[in-house]
Amino acid sequence: MSSLSKRKPAPNMDLFIKGIWEENPVFIMLLGMCPVLAVTNSAINAVAMGVATTFVLVCSSILISLLRHAIPKQVRIATYIIIIATFVTMVDYLIQAISLDLYNALGAFIQLIVVNCVILGRAESFASRHPVIPSVISAFGVGAGFTLALICLGSVREILGAGRLLGLPLFGDNFEPWVIMVLPPGGFLVLGCWLLLFAWLKQRRKPATHHLGEQADAH
Amino acid sequence: MSEKIIHLTEHPTPPFNSAAMIRSLTLIATLSGLLVVLVVEWTRPMISENQRLAVEHAIFSVIPEAVSWQPISLDENAVISAGKVAGSTLLYAGFNATGELAGVATESSAQGYADAIRILYGYNPACDCITGIKVLKSAETPGLGDKIFTDAAFVANFNALDVRLNESASALANPITTVMHGKKSHPWEIDAISGATISSRAIGRALQTSASKVVPALSGQRDKLQSFSASTRAEQP
Amino acid sequence: MPTDSLGFIFLNALLINNFVLALFLGICPFLGVSAKLQTAFSMGLATTFVMVISSLCAFFINQLLVAYDIEFLRLIAYIAVIASAVQLVEMTMKRFSPALFRALGIFLPLITTNCAILGLALFQTFGDYNFTQSLAYSLGAGGGFIIAIVLMAGLRQKLELAEVPAIAEGAAMTLMIAAILSMIFMGFAGMGGGG
Repeated sequence: MSSLSKRKPAPNMDLFIKGIWEENPVFIMLLGMCPVLAVTNSAINAVAMGVATTFVLVCSSILISLLRHAIPKQVRIATYIIIIATFVTMVDYLIQAISLDLYNALGAFIQLIVVNCVILGRAESFASRHPVIPSVISAFGVGAGFTLALICLGSVREILGAGRLLGLPLFGDNFEPWVIMVLPPGGFLVLGCWLLLFAWLKQRRKPATHHLGEQADAH
Repeated sequence: MSEKIIHLTEHPTPPFNSAAMIRSLTLIATLSGLLVVLVVEWTRPMISENQRLAVEHAIFSVIPEAVSWQPISLDENAVISAGKVAGSTLLYAGFNATGELAGVATESSAQGYADAIRILYGYNPACDCITGIKVLKSAETPGLGDKIFTDAAFVANFNALDVRLNESASALANPITTVMHGKKSHPWEIDAISGATISSRAIGRALQTSASKVVPALSGQRDKLQSFSASTRAEQP
Repeated sequence: MPTDSLGFIFLNALLINNFVLALFLGICPFLGVSAKLQTAFSMGLATTFVMVISSLCAFFINQLLVAYDIEFLRLIAYIAVIASAVQLVEMTMKRFSPALFRALGIFLPLITTNCAILGLALFQTFGDYNFTQSLAYSLGAGGGFIIAIVLMAGLRQKLELAEVPAIAEGAAMTLMIAAILSMIFMGFAGMGGGG
């Protein structure tokens, strides 16, 4: 983080990076866990889900930001949900038109993007209070962070669970896949491991003064 | 987590203005309706083409010789009619390059290890046998249950699975049964996958449930089935 | 057991395809509201309650959508109705049963964005369940959610007494436990087959 702030990127760039790193929806904020765990049994599913979610995130942010002065406070959540559901329905049909196999692999989780807290959270806490340009940039940042997290999980699970990455075999025939990784427990396990890794990195970055004791224990 | 956000949004107390609320909700609903209908109309031909291709791919894989196909329906009284009819069993008649009947495909399902397994299988009246199966949907365990479509030896069970009828043509002469791995001794038996017996049996059950109805119903109706081929050729310019 | 019998549908949703541990639905409350046993149980009850109500609503809406051949509006209709149903339940409860409202009330708004509710409505539609089957499915799903969240809360309470490395505290530890619970629930998978 410190290296980032030293370079002093443009405020918009800052907003984008924030979504990917400091406020990563999955690894830091722990939002939108259902699709994160459910569709990441292969890298390609993870990418598709990430792109679909980003699309809904960006489109709904644009619309909500445009309409932010026209929507009365009392009905704003209902309005947001309808807007999000509209874009999700569109994505649902677009994916069916692009590839039925992909559609079947993602199953109901495309439609469940509606209840992904990342999107409603972005709408409520950012798009409804900011002009279009920053809203879009922020939405892209969060979307990219979400996609990145899905890819992190999806590729680890596919490599270990099937011995492949994006369908290409990585190891020889002698590799016995860790089937558990592509099954539900693997989802929890791999996400848990990523969180451990991030917690460990965070701990190492902290000034080591009053954490020395704990670190010694952990080693 | 979700609750943090929702709590922030919980208690809005600006002045009440029903007209504005109704106006904005109507606007949004109209807009969203418009967008959805546009996309649905735009993607409809692509989606139906995708679905047709998927069905065609499945049919051609279970009826090896087929190059064209027609949807037909089989009702309770074994009457066959063209197209899809609600309440009847949907069959697909497949025809080879010369327009001869190459087989009939239909769907069936049975409870597997994790969830229902849906299959499409092809039946050829000429050899009185099942010519292939394709798993359409399964949630079987990767590496174990999914051998029902990845294990070549298991799939080979269905290259010519015997479904001969008994003498009165009212039922299968020998019910399709799934036997322990390596114990297959008759052409109507399915050699189970060792370690995935439940999934193997589910396939056997799915075939038995459907074939024991469809095969007797189709017996003696080859000419009728063949007639759908002629209609295809007549339609084609 | 035939796959469309009420008992099977109930068991299937309760254990075999547990909403939380096998289908990954409702993970947010599962991780967020499982720190205390009592709260977890209340959350489970409230969720089950909303599940049953919205499952019934979804059933009738779907009939309507199919009748008018406008299934592409299904998602929008479901989410709008679930959100309003939750609101309605909340208001009714506040008016007629303040005790119940105090116990479950604060959870109700959160449940709107719980994917288990929408997931239930969608799955029952995909599965072509009739009215009683939908009811059995929603009860099973709700029961399964209670089981999962209560088990998790119980384990987490015990864990408070254990010494956990600093980096594993919180979500990482919870996810590891969830992984083990999920493995245990995989054992139920064979229940439906075999016969």
